[in-house]
Amino acid sequence: MSDTQSHYTSPTFAGTANGTVMSRNLTDHPAVRWARAKLFNTWLNTVVTLIFAYLIIKMVIGVVTWGVINAVWTVPGTNTQACRALSGSGACWALIHEKFRFIMFGTYPYDEHWRPALVIVIFLALYGLSSMRRLWNRNLIWIWLVGLTLIGILMWGGVFGLNFVEQERWGGLPITLILATFGIALAFPLSIVLALGRRSHMPAVKVICVTYIELIRGVPLISLLFMASVMFPLFLPEGLSIDKLLRAQVAIILFAGAYLSEVIRGGLQAIPKGQYEAADSLGLAFWQKTSFIILPQALRLVIPPLVNTFIGMFKDTSLVLIIGIFDLLNSAKTATNEPAWRGFGLEAYVFVGVIYFLFCFAMSKYSQDLEAELARGHKR
Amino acid sequence: MMATQVASQASSGSMIELRGVNKWYGEFHVLRDVNLRVGAKERVVVCGPSGSGKSTMIRCINRLEEHQAGQIVVDGVELTNDLKNIEAIRREVGMVFQQFNLFPHLTVLENLTLAPIWVLKQPKKEAEQTAMYFLERVRIPEQARKYPGQLSGGQQQRVAIARSLCMKPKIMLFDEPTSALDPEMIKEVLDVMVELAREGMTMIVVTHEMGFARTVADTVIFMDRGEIVEAAPPKEFFANPRTDRAKLFLSQILGH
Repeated sequence: MSDTQSHYTSPTFAGTANGTVMSRNLTDHPAVRWARAKLFNTWLNTVVTLIFAYLIIKMVIGVVTWGVINAVWTVPGTNTQACRALSGSGACWALIHEKFRFIMFGTYPYDEHWRPALVIVIFLALYGLSSMRRLWNRNLIWIWLVGLTLIGILMWGGVFGLNFVEQERWGGLPITLILATFGIALAFPLSIVLALGRRSHMPAVKVICVTYIELIRGVPLISLLFMASVMFPLFLPEGLSIDKLLRAQVAIILFAGAYLSEVIRGGLQAIPKGQYEAADSLGLAFWQKTSFIILPQALRLVIPPLVNTFIGMFKDTSLVLIIGIFDLLNSAKTATNEPAWRGFGLEAYVFVGVIYFLFCFAMSKYSQDLEAELARGHKR
Repeated sequence: MMATQVASQASSGSMIELRGVNKWYGEFHVLRDVNLRVGAKERVVVCGPSGSGKSTMIRCINRLEEHQAGQIVVDGVELTNDLKNIEAIRREVGMVFQQFNLFPHLTVLENLTLAPIWVLKQPKKEAEQTAMYFLERVRIPEQARKYPGQLSGGQQQRVAIARSLCMKPKIMLFDEPTSALDPEMIKEVLDVMVELAREGMTMIVVTHEMGFARTVADTVIFMDRGEIVEAAPPKEFFANPRTDRAKLFLSQILGH
């Protein structure tokens, strides 16, 4: 008797007991009840559920077979026989294995790859620090200035014993991060000025802003990039040339600024008139009113569409491939140009797709957290 | 400059002076030849049916609305398009709104200290001390760290009054301060206003609270269709309204 009791207290026995209880009441389990109520409640729903379950399982099996089971992970050198033998029934991850550094860093000199790698780390650190709300003060500006200076030194070199690397040889993820980071960081203030200008009572300011926004928004980013890379140099005096990457960067900033400004204007218009009047009646000057009262409220309101635009901009930087800049996507594409690897574009695109997704998903997740945090601050 | 000096001489002894003020919204004539003189420490209550131009008139005094004809002089400074004059006048004139208009993204304390710090250039410490003083005066110092959305309507309106007072204004304008409040909260706001009046603040109050007018006002002004129809001490106005329009209005507002 006492023996049995001691057994009862032992974890193994308790576990088994639990197990039997579970299986006996399986039909009472919340998940089962939910499935019955939502998925199998009518014969039509049952049919639809079964069809979709079949399709989903089929797809998962297909992806796993292609991506894991049949996949080739490495090949000796550029001997891609094993990959070719698959004839599409499995992924050739050997491409990523072999071309990883080319995709990440493009044509940057091979022995100097630690430099762009460090640049990526610095960018990630800057993003991480900027996401902490308690660091949102003047120091953050200094952190960024130091970070960006370091990035410049690492990429170009030519000082501190680093070999000089001309911009034409940069490539891969650092290019994407540079374009996206400067694009967002500079387009954002530009867009605030444009949005305020569009609502200005001064006719000249308003006309200029409206014209700018409508003109830039009305053309595709690709045509702006073409103009920046092909037409713009024609207008410059002989001998003077501006870095191609810089020109693309400016085009991206101008384009994104126009888009963002309309998002911000939406926020400005949602602020009740009484807020302006209260600020006016307290004697706050225009810029005080705008920066302390109106913008903080307006920007908070438009976080979802703002981040939406940021994510779009991040991915749009890949369009620079058409003017021959080797960003992440272009490097991946170029990696499969080599005869040995031709035909394995899918693997390359899946790989960079995952990288793009990680950045975009992080932005999205962060914006959700930020929204929740700001909402907690002042419940209405 | 000349005009300002002349104006200040003419208005000596009066804090606010409106002379022949006219305003139109398109075709609609909102203010017709409004003449008003408010002396220092005078308490004026403005009443009248809705759409009679009461709010528009006091909103012209701190340039939330622009008048199109006539002259408005506040404490010796004439309201013109000159931004300097407008800023000077806004620094002297506090305003309390029907909808409170607190800044929802700032705490109560931040609501109170923002303008003193940035407009009056007060050190943060001093501004916070002043803010706490006025929060105690309106009897809600314990709410200083909360956000406006966490307060009741009556509390919010008292914060709004305190926010104006932190700017140490010479004149306070109240634009239907109790109209958006639940009935049980009206008294707590009126009490604060009565106290303010007792201390000698120059006030113009647009309100339907006739009890407040009776106890506090030096002058009651009755407006209808954009003009000042009557201006009289409250006793006289309530006992013997001279015009039919005022009689009708009083019978409607006091009749139940």
